[in-house]
Amino acid sequence: MRASILPVLTVSAGIVVLWYLGAVWLNWQVVWDMQARAGNAPDFATMVSLTLSHARPLLPAPHQVLTETWNSLTGPPITSPRSLVNHAIVTLSAALAGFGLGSLAGVLLAVAIIHVRALERSLMPWIIASQAVPVLALAPIVIVALGALGMTGLMPKAIISAYLCFFPVAIGMVKGLAAPDALARDLLRTYSATPAQVFWTLRVPTSLPYLFAGLKVAVAAAVVGAIVAELPTGAQAGLGARLLAGSYFGQTLQIWSALTVAAVVSASLVGLLGLAERLVARRMGARA
Amino acid sequence: MAEPAIAARNLSLVFGTNDGPVHALSDVNIDIAPGEFISLIGPSGCGKTTLLRVIADLEKPTGGEIRVNGVTPEEARLARDYGYVFQAPALFPWRTIEGNVMLPLQIMGLSKAERQERARKQLALVNLSGFERKFPWQLSGGMQQRASIARALAFEPKLLLMDEPFGALDEIVRDHLNEQLLKLWAATRKTVVFVTHSIPEAVFLSTRIVVMSPRPGRITDIVDCDLGPDRPLEIRETSEFLRIAQRVREGLRAGHSYEG
Repeated sequence: MRASILPVLTVSAGIVVLWYLGAVWLNWQVVWDMQARAGNAPDFATMVSLTLSHARPLLPAPHQVLTETWNSLTGPPITSPRSLVNHAIVTLSAALAGFGLGSLAGVLLAVAIIHVRALERSLMPWIIASQAVPVLALAPIVIVALGALGMTGLMPKAIISAYLCFFPVAIGMVKGLAAPDALARDLLRTYSATPAQVFWTLRVPTSLPYLFAGLKVAVAAAVVGAIVAELPTGAQAGLGARLLAGSYFGQTLQIWSALTVAAVVSASLVGLLGLAERLVARRMGARA
Repeated sequence: MAEPAIAARNLSLVFGTNDGPVHALSDVNIDIAPGEFISLIGPSGCGKTTLLRVIADLEKPTGGEIRVNGVTPEEARLARDYGYVFQAPALFPWRTIEGNVMLPLQIMGLSKAERQERARKQLALVNLSGFERKFPWQLSGGMQQRASIARALAFEPKLLLMDEPFGALDEIVRDHLNEQLLKLWAATRKTVVFVTHSIPEAVFLSTRIVVMSPRPGRITDIVDCDLGPDRPLEIRETSEFLRIAQRVREGLRAGHSYEG
């Protein structure tokens, strides 16, 4: 464990250093022009400090992003449209609803494909084609179409999330459910096990590692899906709406803090799934 | 005479492959009486495993006739008339040892209490009491294979089919398991069909040894192996043992001489 901490810290520190250098470099011109207009000729140290504290920087410095994120998480009351907690909850609920729907659809699809081999040839091309369509192009169409049917709020966003989610789960589960080797299948045949018994005692346990791998990809995609689905309608709430508002008004700090929260939300969800996977693995006798 | 446990008449099996038909079994005739310990021995490709798989209804013969306990292999399989021990233990890694032994009973639909009782009994029979809650990776290879034998016995079948069960184990463990298997056989009086490519193992364990040879897979000799029920490991030094081993070796060599 200790041996793995050093490389992690080194890489993190490297990224922070590069980020600061990038912030100075990218903001330099803007700051310099502003100072020149004001008739100032700041020295190097002043310039650096100004590039790292600009209110609307091209690239905000890490500490600016953290401060802004912290302030908008803890400052305004949760019900306020300025609260990132509020936006995060809106996006998270759509993402989780979509994750649930999409994962369920993915598993059911995989079960169907495993049992009816003809479905693999007939369905797979459509499944793959569905993911080749950019979700950014598809989301407005779906949102508008569902809106016309009177469906607004969480559901349309969840459907976009589900659309991204089902794919990794379906692909993983098709592989996982087909993973048992000939020996294990022969063994169950000597017991005259029914197909349902083979499914529950052999296929399902074998597929769980594949399921978790799929779920981890899916849950991160779910957050992306929910955010993308918030863009086209100019939604009032959600991290996507916050991003959109930030870019309308050139509030880069607002954009970056929303991005930070989105990343933290995704990472936490993936982390939670990792934890669940470890618990399941322990129950299933994995080596400690 | 009692009904044979296994009776094969002109049994043949041809696999169609891209390189043409492969005669895995050709004109196999054998009667195995209840309570016998039969070894099938021969080089790779002689059809010994295929014959075992036909008995177990894991392969369908393409010609001839075979009865297992008086019925077709499929009926015998559906009646759970046999236990099958594979070359690898094939324990499910996510189940405990007890859970693995209970698997066939769970599929059979027995109650949990009865499953546990039977599993404990079978594990005691292969000297694995106390390992019920362990997972397979916590056991040595020999212990895993013993667990898989306990699992095959869980149905309490009359017939035990074993496909090179000790092939992957080192010689010391193998000797030990051979002794245990003999005791088990003496205690349960099951009919055993045992595939091996080891002559000493076959002679040590069997009442009869079926010598097979490849291309086409067929029986070339059946050697009686009447060493009596009580066989300590030292019996392998006796002249009787060596005489039978010699006869088996000659049978194997004769089979090979067909190759040109």
